[in-house]
Amino acid sequence: MFDPLPWLILLPLTWATLAFVQGPGRGGRLAVAGLALQVALAATLAQQIVTGGERVLAVGGWGAPLGIDLAVDGLSMVMLVLTQGVALPLAFYARCYFAGHAGSQRYFWPLTGYLLAAMNALFLSADVFNIYVTLELLSLAAVGLVALPGGAGPVSAAMRYLLATLLGSAAYLLGVALLYGVYGSVSLPALASLVGADAPLAVSLAAALMLLGLMLKTALFPFHFWLPPAHGGAPAPVSALLSALVIKASFYLILRLWFDLFAPITSVLAAQLVGGLGAGAVLWGSLLALRQTQLKMLVAYSTVAQVGYLFLLLPLTTGTTAEVTASAWQGGVLQVVAHGLAKAAMFAAAGAMITATGRNEIAGIAGVATRLPLTLFSFALASVTIMGLPPSGGFAAKWLLLGAALASGQWWWIVVMVAGGLLSAAYVFKVLRQAFLPVDAATDFKVLPRMLEWPVFLLALASLLLGLTASELLHLLDAA
Amino acid sequence: MSAALLYALAGVALFVIGVAALILQAHLLRKILAFNVMGSGVFLVLVGFGQRSGVPDPVPQAMVLTGIVVALAATALALALARRLLDLNGEMRLPEEEIVRDRLDV
Repeated sequence: MFDPLPWLILLPLTWATLAFVQGPGRGGRLAVAGLALQVALAATLAQQIVTGGERVLAVGGWGAPLGIDLAVDGLSMVMLVLTQGVALPLAFYARCYFAGHAGSQRYFWPLTGYLLAAMNALFLSADVFNIYVTLELLSLAAVGLVALPGGAGPVSAAMRYLLATLLGSAAYLLGVALLYGVYGSVSLPALASLVGADAPLAVSLAAALMLLGLMLKTALFPFHFWLPPAHGGAPAPVSALLSALVIKASFYLILRLWFDLFAPITSVLAAQLVGGLGAGAVLWGSLLALRQTQLKMLVAYSTVAQVGYLFLLLPLTTGTTAEVTASAWQGGVLQVVAHGLAKAAMFAAAGAMITATGRNEIAGIAGVATRLPLTLFSFALASVTIMGLPPSGGFAAKWLLLGAALASGQWWWIVVMVAGGLLSAAYVFKVLRQAFLPVDAATDFKVLPRMLEWPVFLLALASLLLGLTASELLHLLDAA
Repeated sequence: MSAALLYALAGVALFVIGVAALILQAHLLRKILAFNVMGSGVFLVLVGFGQRSGVPDPVPQAMVLTGIVVALAATALALALARRLLDLNGEMRLPEEEIVRDRLDV
C-alpha cells in the first residue's frame, strides 16, 4: 500500500534539488506542482490519522534504538497540514512576486524546498538527535532565504539570525548529549518512559538547555532581537514563510518536550516564569510595533507579540485541572494555526502594497484603499485574527486561553491578553487609517497581477474561517 | 571522580567558554570560532558522558560524526556570509548601532 508519510520529506527534497539543477531563478512551476502533491499527501495522512490513530514508521525497516523512527500524532499532523496549507498559496504568490525582482530570487525555490523538507522531517521525527539535525537544516535554509536580496542590511540580518540560531541549536544538542549520557537513548518514546519525577540533576539541566535554546529560536522576548531585522528585511514571500511557519517549528518542539518528555519534572514556577516572558513579549512587541515607521517592520514586531501568546499556554497547563489544561492546550494550538495563516497573509499583503506603491514606509501606503481594495481587505481580514475579534481563528484561540486563565484563577494573564489585544488593534488601525487617506490622482500605482492578490485573500479568509471550523481541527488534534 | 564525569565537565567548560566568546567577541571570525569551540564541547560531552562502564559506545560516535558534518555546513555558511559582509561594509563586524536605532525609532 502507498504510504504518504516518508514522501512528505522526500518530495520537497526532490523538487528543491531539481530546482537547483535547473539554475538560478527557475523551478517555480516545479515547486507549485510539488506543493500541490504535498497538500494531497498531508490530507491523505490526516485522513489515516483520524480513522486509525497515531502512526509510527521505522525507516528502512530499522527500528529504534539503532534506526530512525518517523511518527505522526494529532499535534504533528496539525503542524504538517498548516505547513503545506500555507506554503502552497505562498508559492503562487512568490512566482508572481519574483517575476518583477530579477536579481533577488536566484535560489528562492531550492532553499524553500529544503526549508519545507526540513520542517516536515522535524514534525515527523521521533528522536531528539534526528530533530537536532532537522532543526539545523531548517535554520541554514532559513538563513539562506533571509540573505537572498544580498544588500548589507539583509546580509547582516542573516548573519545575526545565523549566530542566534546556532547558539540555540548548540544548547539543544548539549541537552541531547546530557540525556543520552543519563539514559543511553535518544528516542522520544523511550526517553518519555524513563524520565520520572526523581530524575537526576543532569536531566533538569538538559531540559533547561533544550528549552532555552528553542526559546531563542522561537524569538521569545527577550531573545527576539534577531527576528525583526531578519523577517522585516527579507523579500515578502520569505518573511511570510519565516513568520508563519519557521518559528512555529521550534515552538512545536517546545510543546513536545514540555508535555511529552519533561512532563514529570516541569514545575509551576518554571511555567510561570516562561509565561512571564510571554507576557513581556505580548506587551513589548506590541508597543514596538506601534512605534515602527516601516510597514514590514511593524508586521515583524507583531510576530514578536503574537509569539508571546503561544507561551501563555505553559502556565495555563502546568499544575492546573485536567479541564483547564485541555482548554488551554486547544487554545494554544489554535493560536499557532491562526497566527500562521494570518501572518502569512499580512506579510504577503504588505509585500503587495509595497510592490504597488514602491515605498516601504507606512506613510507611503495612502490611497491603497481605493487602488488595491482586495489586498487591503486581505490585510484587514488577517488583522481581525491578530486582534482576536470574532469569528476569527485568533478569537477562538484567545477565547479558550482566556477561559482557561479564568477557570484556574490566574487573572494576571487575562490582563496581559486584553492589553495585548488593545495594543494590536492600535497598530493595525495605524496602518488601516493611513491606507484610507486620500492621495493625489496623479500618484503612480503599479497594477498588480491577480496572483499577487488572490492567494493572499485566500490565506486571510482561511484565518478568519478557522474560528468557525475550529472543531474539525481540534478533532484532528485529539485523534492520537 | 569518574572519567565520564571528567569528560562531561570539560565539555561543559568548553561550551561555556564558547558561549561567552560568541556573545562578547565582536569580530565575526572569532564568533564563528567560538561556535566551533561550543560544538567541540558538546561532542566531548556526547562521547565522554555517553560511555557506560568504560566501554566505548558506537551510537554517540555516530552522532558526533553527524554533528561534525552539520557544524561544517553551518561554519561554511557563516564564513560565506562574513566574507560577503566584509565586501559590503569593509569590516568583519555586525553593524551594532542599526538595531539600537531601530528600537528607538519613533
